[in-house]
Amino acid sequence: MRNRTTTPYVLVLPAWIWLALFFVVPIGGMLSLSLTTGNVVTGFQQTFEVGNYVTAVSTYWEQILRSLFYGACATLLCIAVGYPMAYWIAFRAGPHKSTYLLLILLPFFVSFVLRTISWRFLLADNGVVLGSLKSVGLVPADLQLLNSAPAVVMGLAYNFLPFMVLPIYAVLERMDPRLVEAAHDLYAGRFQAFVRVILPVSLPGVFAGVLMTFIPTSADYVNASVLGGTHNTMIGNVIQTQYLVNNNYPIAASITFVLMGLLLAGIFSYARALGTERVMEVHT
Amino acid sequence: MSVRLGTEPPSAPPPPPARLGGTGRTRGPRRRIDWGRYYTWLVLAWLFTPIVFMVAFSFNDPAGKHNITWQGFTFKWYANAFAHPTLNEAMFNSVSIALLSMLIAGALGSLLGLALGRFSFRGKQLTNLVMFSAISAPEVVLGAALLSTFLMMNVTTGYWTTVVAHVMFCVSFVAITVRARVITLDPALEEAARDLGAGPFTTFRLVTLPMLFPAIMAGGLLAFALSIDDYIITTFVSGDVTTFPLWVWGATRVGIPPQVNVMGTLLFGVGLIMAVVNVVMANRRR
Repeated sequence: MRNRTTTPYVLVLPAWIWLALFFVVPIGGMLSLSLTTGNVVTGFQQTFEVGNYVTAVSTYWEQILRSLFYGACATLLCIAVGYPMAYWIAFRAGPHKSTYLLLILLPFFVSFVLRTISWRFLLADNGVVLGSLKSVGLVPADLQLLNSAPAVVMGLAYNFLPFMVLPIYAVLERMDPRLVEAAHDLYAGRFQAFVRVILPVSLPGVFAGVLMTFIPTSADYVNASVLGGTHNTMIGNVIQTQYLVNNNYPIAASITFVLMGLLLAGIFSYARALGTERVMEVHT
Repeated sequence: MSVRLGTEPPSAPPPPPARLGGTGRTRGPRRRIDWGRYYTWLVLAWLFTPIVFMVAFSFNDPAGKHNITWQGFTFKWYANAFAHPTLNEAMFNSVSIALLSMLIAGALGSLLGLALGRFSFRGKQLTNLVMFSAISAPEVVLGAALLSTFLMMNVTTGYWTTVVAHVMFCVSFVAITVRARVITLDPALEEAARDLGAGPFTTFRLVTLPMLFPAIMAGGLLAFALSIDDYIITTFVSGDVTTFPLWVWGATRVGIPPQVNVMGTLLFGVGLIMAVVNVVMANRRR
């Protein structure tokens, strides 16, 4: 008790140093890199070239908008698919709740890349799904699922579904069942009880789920490269190519900052609309 | 019998039909098809589709380089699971990086979680904010930021930069897991230890640490899982070093050998066993 003042600092210091050196400082480093000019041969000079941002946005606005659109579609798909599932597990699964949660998480023990590539094989023109449907004649022989926007959105929703189901489940599971009983006692039907009582209570879970799916899906590039072909590239693909293939670091850093800025603006307006504590509380 | 029949006739006959009717009415809705169950299993089937595909095709005997269509059943890929030296090396890198991340992030994150759950101190809000940002920042941003800084510092990226990056994004997850447990600890237990004459270190070692141990283990395993699965951040900071996901990615163009399915299946199996053991142990504790 006497060393209360120093103990917490001793405990947090190693993690603080690590996060400062490898998270906070690098964000600053990236900002600095985004304001340089030059190339790999001549080196990069700190010229505070704001024009990099203009170039980045004017060249890649299409990929930026597409990323936000795909992210939004995948998030909505996750809500549509995940909410009924979370509802059923929370209210109807009885003693098997934790088993169902485990079943939701189990597929994610397989590597993210391997799962996505498996979808590529499954959805291939003559793969297990389309090939067998075509041989039976259920779908036209020239039907293609791969290399399309729906394939990318499906892949994104697939890979991030648990991030939507778990927060919604957590909120519904904690809900006092007497609230629903009270609604029924006050002559609310099943639909009324859901809209007026259950849905408002579950909204913080949905908000947390949106945060946890929209951010990673709109910045993802694995699904777009594996399932989207060449016409569905997202902003993550651009960042990856500019950094690792073209070595065009100033533009790459600028795009990353634009993406980060857009997502931060989204989070803050979101947090303002809902109250910061609520978002933080469910999220962390 | 006759006595009962004699005493009950006025009241006995009416209740049975009424009760039957009553249960019939309440059972009626309950016997309706539970669409939610079918729906949940349908979604689970969707979630497991690629896993089933991966496991099934680890037993496939493909004709060419592409392991996409079913040809025939074989065990030979399990017998030659380690036939690709570069794949073995990638797998070894993945596992060793994940173990290092588990140990380092486990230690740092547990200390951080303990401090956040137990003490109030200056900078606590800032710490929460930084953790929240590190968790919610997209991987591509984390990877790009680290690579930018490594480039500007002229650090050659490779094995150790990957470890550093993995520890960075795992620390907050471990801290949150441990903090959740610290908050629920009963302070009376530590007070009792002190009342019985234990010093602060003895109290920590004999009372606090054993109670925190499940959360520390859970946090460490989470770090291991996050690290071994990571692709995006690793591509940015790994330089010439290849991990399992990177090797698989690189092999897509030339055709993924069935050994990848074998290793994926084995990893899945290990995860499955650990999950089942965890559930069984949790049930036993209850």
